[in-house]
Amino acid sequence: MATETLTLGKALNAGMRKALENDPKVVIMGEDVGKLGGVFRITDGLQKDFGDQRVIDTPLAESGIIGTAVGLAIRGYRPVCEIQFDGFVYPAYDQIVSQVAKMHYRSRGKLTIPMVIRIPFGGGIGAVEHHSESPEAYFSHTPGLKVATCANPQDAYVMIQQAIASDDPIVFLEPKRRYWEKGPVEVDQPLPEAYPLQAARIARPGTDATLIAYGPMVRTCLDAATAAAEDGRELEVIDLRTLAPLDLGQVYESVRRTGRAVVVHEAPSNIGLGAEVATRITEECFYSLESPVLRVTGYDIPYPASRVEEEYLPDLDRVLDAVDRTFGW
Amino acid sequence: MAKGDPGVSTRGRRAVPRSRKGATGDPELVQLLTPEGERLESVTGPDGTEYRVDFTDEEYRGFYRDLVLVRKLDAEATALQRQGELGLWASLLGQEAAQVGSGRALRTQDMAFPTYREHGVLYCRGIDPIMPLGLFRGVDQGGWDPNEFKFNMYTIVIGAQTLHATGYAMGVTMDGKTGTDEGEAVIAYFGDGATSQGDVNESFVWASVFNAPMVFFCQNNQYAISEPLERQTRIPLYRRAAGFGFPGVRVDGNDVLASYAVTRHALDNARHGQGPSLIEAYTYRMGAHTTSDDPTRYRIASEVEAWQAKDPIARMKAFLVKQKIADDDFFAEVDEQAKRESVHLRERVLEMPNPEPSSMFDHVYPNGSPLVDQERAQFTQYLESFEGSAH
Repeated sequence: MATETLTLGKALNAGMRKALENDPKVVIMGEDVGKLGGVFRITDGLQKDFGDQRVIDTPLAESGIIGTAVGLAIRGYRPVCEIQFDGFVYPAYDQIVSQVAKMHYRSRGKLTIPMVIRIPFGGGIGAVEHHSESPEAYFSHTPGLKVATCANPQDAYVMIQQAIASDDPIVFLEPKRRYWEKGPVEVDQPLPEAYPLQAARIARPGTDATLIAYGPMVRTCLDAATAAAEDGRELEVIDLRTLAPLDLGQVYESVRRTGRAVVVHEAPSNIGLGAEVATRITEECFYSLESPVLRVTGYDIPYPASRVEEEYLPDLDRVLDAVDRTFGW
Repeated sequence: MAKGDPGVSTRGRRAVPRSRKGATGDPELVQLLTPEGERLESVTGPDGTEYRVDFTDEEYRGFYRDLVLVRKLDAEATALQRQGELGLWASLLGQEAAQVGSGRALRTQDMAFPTYREHGVLYCRGIDPIMPLGLFRGVDQGGWDPNEFKFNMYTIVIGAQTLHATGYAMGVTMDGKTGTDEGEAVIAYFGDGATSQGDVNESFVWASVFNAPMVFFCQNNQYAISEPLERQTRIPLYRRAAGFGFPGVRVDGNDVLASYAVTRHALDNARHGQGPSLIEAYTYRMGAHTTSDDPTRYRIASEVEAWQAKDPIARMKAFLVKQKIADDDFFAEVDEQAKRESVHLRERVLEMPNPEPSSMFDHVYPNGSPLVDQERAQFTQYLESFEGSAH
């Protein structure tokens, strides 16, 4: 099996290239995705190789991108829409939650909208406002949408292809600050044999406490587990990968073993994914818990100015501090 | 209406007055049939396009039949709502000509994206008028396959469907289905209120820059619920098209022949690869916005009466009588058919079963969801817990 070392961004690019090759109905559309290759270069070279009918530079209006993609999907296409930054998705919110999410349901299953909405999300890149947000709860809360996020190049390569191949509409969140992180990617593994899209995965096994994260925070939690191991504490790290629907079977199994759980995300805590995960762990693992499920999240404030974002974002120390607190109960 | 292709037939052509401009007193308005039932042979639009139609007697009678039928079915639906059999109804009263004219102008291969008021277009597409009533009765939320009927599901969010139509039209181009008589065109319906929506304006931009085979058909019925046109625009709506770089035309939306002519022209331009057009069908919503609305709170009776004099069916009838195209037997027969079809519609509405409660969990996702499956199982178990009890 051929293995290449790719950045997460290049892995996404390679995955989309493969999808374009495999299915003539796949089209990529968004702002600057053509000649420029996207502001993060995730679609780099695709328009050159597949033409401007399949990699489409759109006018600058997000509702227009998603709304016309709905029409293309009704026509039989499989649109892959790029929203340039997390904070720019909101003009498309109606089209996503009222149109994309409901078409299959309203038509009693007669119409599918096999759309992928790619959104670079999260902070940590020193950006100006509206470029560092974590909107996953808005979409995870919407029945009819699926929400997935990758945390490493291998998953990026496989999951984007799985998302494009799926008939479900999928909001695909890309951890933008991890775009440049490298890792091994098996590039010729057949898609059907790959790890499923809608499944969590143990990113690092451990015995003493369970860290639950997704997207950009998986790396943070892995680093925290490495540091904890030096202190003799083995943390299990679970990468959720799918945020809607959640896949918590392995989380429950892990928490029953460890008795302690900490959920980590960049988004604010209030009504966030962490609240949902903590509630479900409490319902399923009540008698195994040695402490309440804790959350380490962004604060409940607008995303702050970039010079203080390192204080805002959960980091290794805040994660380990929360782990300590689960042991102090 | 007879099958075939009305408008290109030359059989039974009738002598009609010569083309004249300004019969309406509004030089911007394309009209081929005056409120008094006078037929104009042709009319020149503001951009110099000459519009004319030629129909056989049978086809003229067909238009009349459609107008009467859609009004009668619509009235039946309103009555069903008043009797508690529908939760809501959005009446097309007054807009029959705009809908029948544009609906009949569609060719088989064309695709329509309606709002929630296009019952007349739906009827002209040959679709069973029962189809949208499930939505208004509350037994489904549309539930049909847009591609099967070439007619999208009703869209309630104002203007959202114009983007869907435009994307679909882009797909038509990508499929290479323009440039010939067999080319496909796409029509998006919306109202005067919708022209203020971002989605509508974005769809104009998209259709323009991608040269999409689109016809934007705006039924300007003068009101967005209670808000008059003046709250949406300070120029005639059709003129907005110029700013987006494609033609716009205002047609007398109470004139079924002119509505047909301008729509057919715009559709044919689109299918031949000449890009989008905007049609503003100038009409009037004679009834309430929906059955929940009370128009007496925001408009005066004299205004409604003035529009009553421009009624789309009365003028068609006057034309048929004057030209001796139809006699009393014909009108009675149409009325009888309308009555029969509305009774049939009523009977079938009353027979619409409520959905099985657990069916609300169906079709949330094409590939299903463990969460939905789990909740469905819990719901079923919950229902079963009542079995054998008095409740």
